[in-house]
Amino acid sequence: MKIYISDDALAIACGADRVANAFAKAAPDAEIVRVSSWGMHWLEPLVEIDSGNGRTGHGPVKVGDVPSILNQYRHSRESGNPSLPNHDANDGGDMGSRFRGNDGIWVGDVSQHPFIASQTRLTFARAGKTRPTSLDDYKATGGWTGLNNARAMEPLAVIEQVTQSGLRGRGGAGFPAGIKWRTVANAAATQKYIVCNADEGDSGTFADRMLMEGDPYCLIEGMAIAGYAVGADKGYIYVRSEYPHAIAKLNEAIDRCRALIAPFDVEVREGAGAYVCGEETSLLNSLEGKRGEVRAKPPLPALEGLFGKPTVVNNVLTLAAIPFIMAQGAKAYAGYGMGRSRGTMPIQIAGNVKHGGLYETAFGVTLGELVNDIGGGTESGRPIRAVQVGGPLGAYFPPALFDTPFDYEAFAAKEGLIGHGGVVVFDETVDMLAQARFAMEFCAVESCGKCTPCRLGSTRGVETLDRLRAGGRKGSDRVEALPQIHNAKGGARDAAAELDLIADLCETMKYGSLCALGGFTPYPVMSAITHFPEDFGVETREEVAE
Amino acid sequence: MRDLREDTELAAIIARHIGREGPLLPILHDVQKALGHVSETAKRQIALALNLSRAEVHGVVSFYHDFRAAPEPLPVIKLCRAEACQARGSEALAPKVEAMAQGKAKIETVYCLGLCSVGPNAMAKGEVHARLDEAAARALIAEVSA
Repeated sequence: MKIYISDDALAIACGADRVANAFAKAAPDAEIVRVSSWGMHWLEPLVEIDSGNGRTGHGPVKVGDVPSILNQYRHSRESGNPSLPNHDANDGGDMGSRFRGNDGIWVGDVSQHPFIASQTRLTFARAGKTRPTSLDDYKATGGWTGLNNARAMEPLAVIEQVTQSGLRGRGGAGFPAGIKWRTVANAAATQKYIVCNADEGDSGTFADRMLMEGDPYCLIEGMAIAGYAVGADKGYIYVRSEYPHAIAKLNEAIDRCRALIAPFDVEVREGAGAYVCGEETSLLNSLEGKRGEVRAKPPLPALEGLFGKPTVVNNVLTLAAIPFIMAQGAKAYAGYGMGRSRGTMPIQIAGNVKHGGLYETAFGVTLGELVNDIGGGTESGRPIRAVQVGGPLGAYFPPALFDTPFDYEAFAAKEGLIGHGGVVVFDETVDMLAQARFAMEFCAVESCGKCTPCRLGSTRGVETLDRLRAGGRKGSDRVEALPQIHNAKGGARDAAAELDLIADLCETMKYGSLCALGGFTPYPVMSAITHFPEDFGVETREEVAE
Repeated sequence: MRDLREDTELAAIIARHIGREGPLLPILHDVQKALGHVSETAKRQIALALNLSRAEVHGVVSFYHDFRAAPEPLPVIKLCRAEACQARGSEALAPKVEAMAQGKAKIETVYCLGLCSVGPNAMAKGEVHARLDEAAARALIAEVSA
């Protein structure tokens, strides 16, 4: 008997190690195989048992469930019943309740579960199936084919493939990867670098973490291909310190595959708890051992990046998409998606949602399908009030906008962004004024301090929203009352007048900040005000005339 | 008086990383791990070794949330307070956890541990914990302060 249990950090946080130990004790003859996670987080710890008839899933499993699960297999073996175990798949209800056994934890064949079967997994093709750091598993599932294909081509032909695939940066900005690579390839320099941005700080996102923990060779292969294409022999993976499991897995994987990727070499560097280091120039400063302050662009990192050398800075998911493109061809990848958003996006469904997890699908799925049909609505059972897409710098969407398709341009048209693909669901108890305030507060805490709109604007934003909460300002402040001050309006302000101030401040932050931290904080703030004005003490919000 | 153990430890850490590109962050991480904080002595010694000014090293140390100026006597529990955990009740839980932890553990805020579908989450001693409620938080505090 083989027992498959994930060793992903999320599974471990839900108790997977304890469950694995309990199985090892209760079934000493069984082989416990620690695999990557399928990404069905509401079922973790998910245990799959193969007693010779394929893998059957059970989840979420508690230590106390172990004896009864093992009994099911013993019983059916004694009764000679090969179709293990006896459960009636309940065909009613939503995606998660279907395929649920009488005991509430039997899941059946996980690969046939609608949450998995309805996905298009290109980047996460190995999720749930392979042992993360096993070179044998990686090779047996098509690993290194992309790198071998790339090495059989001219470097410029590799870049052409990446361009043809239509792959855009998955970190949030959506810049075409092929164009970035070509810029680095054309730059003349003795040393070039590939830097992987694995500083996944956005709340509601975990795809980078899952990829690094579950399929580290895929990322390493993508980086090696990038290195070959642009002429770089050194790569860095900058991982946030909140991901110790990912760091350990990557280091182990790099040690094991060093000879396979040579002459390319990769090194993991640990971040130090600064959200802003997810911004590429700030990340480069941090790698160099400096304060993680944002650099002004130009010069572009592609021309003057790490230590002043031409550098490709790509997100984990961008680089991890490369092995598929080089193995199956640009056309195979570009065949998925809509408009200018080609390929698949690993979407992360999180927050107050019944069926949270990783959902990789072609661009074009609507927000409503994601949170209602796939996510199953809220876990609390209350109606959904708001969904934040794209992390702390992404807009809040009301159910009225649930027909928006997942696509860079479609979200931009609705004053939002898809960012790194995180979708956080809130039920009707959410206070949108508190969420807007949090967006400003987060910006204040994490601002690198280099540019004024972000450093000061965020704090002024918190203060203004606090005043708004208290019903607006009662009269002129101390400074305005000074005889020297002639140009301040002064006087009391009602909620609408405070909101005008916020809108003005947001405009300054949006157009005046150096990077996306200050520049995008207005998205959650203004979307909260626009779509949920009742939480801000006004009936509707009219745009202030320019 | 100088702490000899600190001096030896620092020298060993610096020697381990000084040949690398951009050695400062790896050095600071190891110092934080080995000594529990980055002291004035450490800043000066690192500055000397890397040919930086003390102010430059101080600027880097104070920029990042991970490095402490003084050691924390209590075990630290980092509780996630970012949006996805907020949506799952972290804001109601946080004050209760802080009250429970009085004198036993230090509760700090972290923004996102990447377990956003199973919050509220926390990290302590390098281990992650999900689906926290009051009972689970109490058990976690007891575990880390044992």
